[in-house]
Amino acid sequence: MSAQPARLSQNRLSQGGLIDRTQPITFSFDGKRYQGFAGDTLASALLANGVHHVARSFKYHRPRGFMGAGPEDPGALVRIGSDPATMVVNQRATEVELHEGLEAFPQNCWPSLRFDIGVVNDLMHRFLPAGFYYKTFMGPPGSWMFFEPFIRRAAGLGPAPSAPDPARYEHMNRHCEVLVIGSGPAGLAAARQAARSGARVILAEESAACGGRIFAEAEGDALIEGLAPRAWCTRVLEELADHPDVTLLTRTSASGYYAQNWLTLFENCTDHLPPSQAGNLPRHRLWRVRAQQVVLATGAIERPLVFNGNDRPGIMLASAARTWLHRYGVRPGENAVIFANNDDAWRSAFDLHDVGARIAAIIDTRPDPAPAHREAAQARGIPVRLGATIVATRGRRRIRSIDVAAFDAGGVTGKPERIACDLLCVSGGWSPNVALFSQSGGSLRHDEALASFVPDEARQEVVPVGACAGAFSLEEAVSGGREAGRAAAQAAGFVASATDPAAGETRDGAPPYRVAPAWELPSNRPKSRIRAFVDHQNDVTAKDLHLAVREGYGAVEHAKRYTTTGMGTDQGKTVGVNAIGVLSGVLDKPIGEIGVTTFRPPWKPISFGAVAGQHVGALFHPRRTTAMHDWHVANGAVFEIVGDWLRARVYRQPGEDFEAALQRECRAARNAIGVLDASTLGKIDIRGKDARVFLNRIYSNAWMKLEPGRCRYGLMTNEDGMVFDDGVTACLGDDHFHMTTTTGGAARVLAWLEEYHQTEWPDLEVFMTSVTEQWAVASICGPRAPELAADLFDDIDADPERFPFMSHASGHIDGVPARVFRVSFTGEISYEINVPASYGLWLWRTLMERGAPYGITPYGTEGMHLLRAEKGFIIVGQETDGTLTPVDLGMGWAVKKNADFIGKRSLTRSDTARDDRLQLVGLLTADPAFVIPEGSQIIASAREQSPRTPMIGHVTSSYFSPTLGRSIALALVAGGHGRMGERIHVARAGADPVPATITGTDFLAGLKDAS
Amino acid sequence: MFRIRCPYCGERDQIEFGYGGEAHIARPREPEAISDAQWADYVFMRTNTKGLFAERWVHSAGCRRWFNALRDTATDRFVATYVIGEAPPLPVTQGADDGAPVEEDAEAAADLAGGGRP
Ligand SMILES: [Zn+2]
Repeated sequence: MSAQPARLSQNRLSQGGLIDRTQPITFSFDGKRYQGFAGDTLASALLANGVHHVARSFKYHRPRGFMGAGPEDPGALVRIGSDPATMVVNQRATEVELHEGLEAFPQNCWPSLRFDIGVVNDLMHRFLPAGFYYKTFMGPPGSWMFFEPFIRRAAGLGPAPSAPDPARYEHMNRHCEVLVIGSGPAGLAAARQAARSGARVILAEESAACGGRIFAEAEGDALIEGLAPRAWCTRVLEELADHPDVTLLTRTSASGYYAQNWLTLFENCTDHLPPSQAGNLPRHRLWRVRAQQVVLATGAIERPLVFNGNDRPGIMLASAARTWLHRYGVRPGENAVIFANNDDAWRSAFDLHDVGARIAAIIDTRPDPAPAHREAAQARGIPVRLGATIVATRGRRRIRSIDVAAFDAGGVTGKPERIACDLLCVSGGWSPNVALFSQSGGSLRHDEALASFVPDEARQEVVPVGACAGAFSLEEAVSGGREAGRAAAQAAGFVASATDPAAGETRDGAPPYRVAPAWELPSNRPKSRIRAFVDHQNDVTAKDLHLAVREGYGAVEHAKRYTTTGMGTDQGKTVGVNAIGVLSGVLDKPIGEIGVTTFRPPWKPISFGAVAGQHVGALFHPRRTTAMHDWHVANGAVFEIVGDWLRARVYRQPGEDFEAALQRECRAARNAIGVLDASTLGKIDIRGKDARVFLNRIYSNAWMKLEPGRCRYGLMTNEDGMVFDDGVTACLGDDHFHMTTTTGGAARVLAWLEEYHQTEWPDLEVFMTSVTEQWAVASICGPRAPELAADLFDDIDADPERFPFMSHASGHIDGVPARVFRVSFTGEISYEINVPASYGLWLWRTLMERGAPYGITPYGTEGMHLLRAEKGFIIVGQETDGTLTPVDLGMGWAVKKNADFIGKRSLTRSDTARDDRLQLVGLLTADPAFVIPEGSQIIASAREQSPRTPMIGHVTSSYFSPTLGRSIALALVAGGHGRMGERIHVARAGADPVPATITGTDFLAGLKDAS
Repeated sequence: MFRIRCPYCGERDQIEFGYGGEAHIARPREPEAISDAQWADYVFMRTNTKGLFAERWVHSAGCRRWFNALRDTATDRFVATYVIGEAPPLPVTQGADDGAPVEEDAEAAADLAGGGRP
């Protein structure tokens, strides 16, 4: 690379700023190639090339330029890149750092930035008033349908990328004693003072370089601790770099402030680099910081003024103009007008003048600006208009001229004078950036002298300093920062050194900040022609706010939503206070009584990738697999997710489809042997002398007389009487039980048992331990299961006569300990074999090998569902939905009469005892080949076709039964238990209802009972 | 995201805890002896307090013990945590009572929280 400075573009100054003129960078915008320098943002580089018009507004598609120079800018949103996976939209051009090969595009315009069809919205603005959306929703039927496609197109900002994001994102967790947000003079002073105590300090700076407005202002004769501000900044950063416990994060914004000083910081790690230089860094990081103390040095945001014609490319904040000049070495215009209500903005006139721009006028709404300013203007020969306002502006894609006139409380008084210009710097004063303080729960108060809201009472361990606290002088910022840093470290238990006594003088290079509010400025134009924008991103005018008040939405939170003020991607950073000022004028109430709308996280948009962090793909959610999982994978299993588990749904053989595999598996279970991996069932070991009493209170049925060696099926209900889990529990001894739960309910049930034991019945001596993962379970069922079982066990007599249904035995298989339960979920003779989990795969392989002569066939969860549906057994979560009692499910036999249990009292409440509740029944369709879609609605008669047809129930499970050779279904039907044999109809979308007959739920009842 | 002081384990991140709603609601001893309305009040009705609120938490990903906490629902500040069976360390008015607002006692709350600092 040559060290020769590259040729400078038209508006680039020959020196100054944080840019490197020896490192030119080529980039493109809207298909055109431009040159900038290392250190530029996309915005500063475009301005250096004389490009002001970069975007179209949201609603009216008005041409937009750069209002601000940082995160506050409302208008200059662009798309970066065009790859469907890596492009990003709605990026602020003022924050996008330039890198070689950067490709940026305008958005929200069609067919092009210069000629945008949507601009007809601008001509139609009288027909798109505040509340347009709401009025359309509430309007005559059909109007939303009519407007919707039109609004959808207009409302789009950038389109979402269409391919998966290949970038990597990261979360970082940190603790620190002192977290400082913002690295202007106040933040630097605070961080340095806290660091000197040895405390762990994190300093977060939103932009690429620390210093805040130190680099955005002319140095003049300003001093910080005796040094020129930039030299001071360098010295503080050197000192911070020497402290091992200081973490300095640039390109990092604090996005959220939550309870107990927990903050999220959003760090851009590689967006500013060409892809080839990104290395192994993640694209973005989300830092999650728990800080003992927080110092907010978030500065202040300048407001625009609300006047007719205040929205054109070339109209920018006065402070932004100085940022372009001093930070980026860019002169944003040749012929400028400054329009303000405060002394600060005058500096823009002088600084622009001093780099060779012509200043056509300084217009101040006040009669009495700082005398020093008036002298400085006179010395430079700059015309000054006091007590005046701009009544109109001209220029479509760049401002061309303004009309200025004198005004008083009654309106415009003088004859307007036209002044040509290509840049209009506006300033309505500064608003302390209280977003994070407000997020932290702190209250705000209105400060009359500053005409703004400032932090009032903190709710957490947080101190705002500098401009964020309404302290606008350098002296206040630096001394306030030092004291806050010292106090924060001390509060966190660190001894902070006293302020350096040798520190030299700190003073500003400009007169102190004075402002006189001017919320809504008059114009001599007809009212219908005046368009004074309040929210530039959302195209909200002062007139819209007036309309909102007239229509009854005068409360600040209502006005915000009705007009969408402050609701865009910028959340009204520049304009929030202006909206409140305008409302105060309309309502004739002091601003303090209007209040502010709530600040919510994030402070500015952050990427979804940063929020997700590493938790994507396989890391999105942990998956549990059983000991037999590898076998399932190797044998064609199709998996489904149940709770956190992966379970085999069916095992497809080559050439077989899902339904064929299901039917084959179920036939094998009915005719030979089926084997199911039941390891995922929740298993809880329950011990203690009161275990039996405890179970009797938990389950709806009776447990006091269950003998050791026996098992029982039980239902659990909530206190509202609704079934929430079921399962079989075995009595291993008088004080020892083995409980099983549903796969998905295991953790919930254990928590439930603990809750009742600890909070209601702590007097009971009972202990619960989850043993779900300790046992692997294979359940064999079918007519030939006893033959295999007889071969299998070393020391258990498997004969169903002597090892009867609902009993259990402990023994061994080839010396491996096993616990065997004679329970059945299919209606077939079953053995549920539990072995230590490490033997699970061995057990499965042993069963497949020794069961082969009997035709053993693995079946999955779908087969299990079908087999149990044939038998009419419920699945909690399939048949039930938290609104069904045991009685509704036809399981009144499981409700004990003689003792209390959780939820019992609810079963006799008048509503729960109604006999027209939804009740579980079987359904047989008239056409035995027709399988009803699960979830179908049930209606009483085929002719009820109107949309008002009452639904009398719905289908919960539906299959083609290989055993019966016809379709079967379980359904919930109002008063179903009393409607046996009745014909109902099942509604279908776009087809005639299907007739079906209500039956009992056990479809095998007519066949021989195998168990 | 809070940090909550488990009375058994000490201060831990909120992610380890589960919420259990209003505390100090005793299950009726003889459910069959009370009216439908009284039972429904126990099962369904809870106080919606703005201010100091006694509530239940469980240290699910820790010791699995249930305990009670006093939290200010308006500020999310935890004033105290205490074990099941103990009376709330500050007076709270909730449950089946008249629903009168809770008297905030800022000084006593600060004492209980250890002066607001660990
Ligand atoms: Zn604990």
